[in-house]
Amino acid sequence: MAVCVAVIGKDNSPKYIKCTDETNALQFHYKIHTSIDIVEEKLNIGNKTAADVRELFLGMLYSTEEYKIFGYATNTKIKFIVVLQSSNATLRDNEVRMMFRKLHIAYANAVSDPFYIPGDQIKSKSFDSAVMDMMGL
Amino acid sequence: MKHQFTDIKPTSNTKAEADECLFEYLHGEIVNYVVSKSSDDNNKEEDLSRLEWMGFSVGYRIIERLTREWPRFKDELDIIKFICTDFWTSLYHKQIDNLRTNHHGVYVLHDHEFRLLAKIGKSGSKQYLKESPRLLAFTCGLLRGSLANLGIACIVKAEVSALPSCKFNVEVQRI
Repeated sequence: MAVCVAVIGKDNSPKYIKCTDETNALQFHYKIHTSIDIVEEKLNIGNKTAADVRELFLGMLYSTEEYKIFGYATNTKIKFIVVLQSSNATLRDNEVRMMFRKLHIAYANAVSDPFYIPGDQIKSKSFDSAVMDMMGL
Repeated sequence: MKHQFTDIKPTSNTKAEADECLFEYLHGEIVNYVVSKSSDDNNKEEDLSRLEWMGFSVGYRIIERLTREWPRFKDELDIIKFICTDFWTSLYHKQIDNLRTNHHGVYVLHDHEFRLLAKIGKSGSKQYLKESPRLLAFTCGLLRGSLANLGIACIVKAEVSALPSCKFNVEVQRI
């Protein structure tokens, strides 16, 4: 289960951050901020060598003793970052992929709201509930 | 109420007639509305910017959904190719017939039988030539909006010479 989910906009400003443990929120904000650098790095390499690294899923960005951080970037340069507990041993790559897929679908639905102004904070309830689902709340 | 969208790619051989005409009717009415609004202001020139803006916001939103299952784009040309094939197919049920570029940021998308023009006048007729820009403004905005969300700022102009066919000029703005 995810402990923190974040959506980062085109200009690397956070559009949505949610953590299970709100008392430790700042720690997660830092983790997500540092991972943006790695996302950028991966995206730029993708431009040069092209062919093989064209998948939207970016894989693991980095891991610590406690947490594993995964990234995903859409074609429209929106980044999704998910923090998972390292202790969760049964974690498969495919499950993480599925998680991002669901997140992307929820995001696409949230953006399709005609009253949502692109670039604003995401306040959609359906997106919220999709994220809650990922965190097992 | 939970809104659900079908995530099935529209295949060109299954014709969904109902959605097709719904979009056409709605588009026609929007055009009528915008034109009547702009004639209230007694301007000599028709103001289609509102229509273009609607297209822009639709394009900006729709592209997130359409590129969801798509691998990351390599470069600008890759994006334009996507627009010509998949984007056009899912919106207008056909591909762009001809794409030309000077490799310096100008792209010309040529559609021999543009769907929104196909039903007015016979092929090659000049009768409704003057009114046809109204029917293209939305699509220009649509192109501009979707390219904007993919990171390409551009100006899109449309051009009609003989009726069902039209050209979209995309000029990429480089800083």
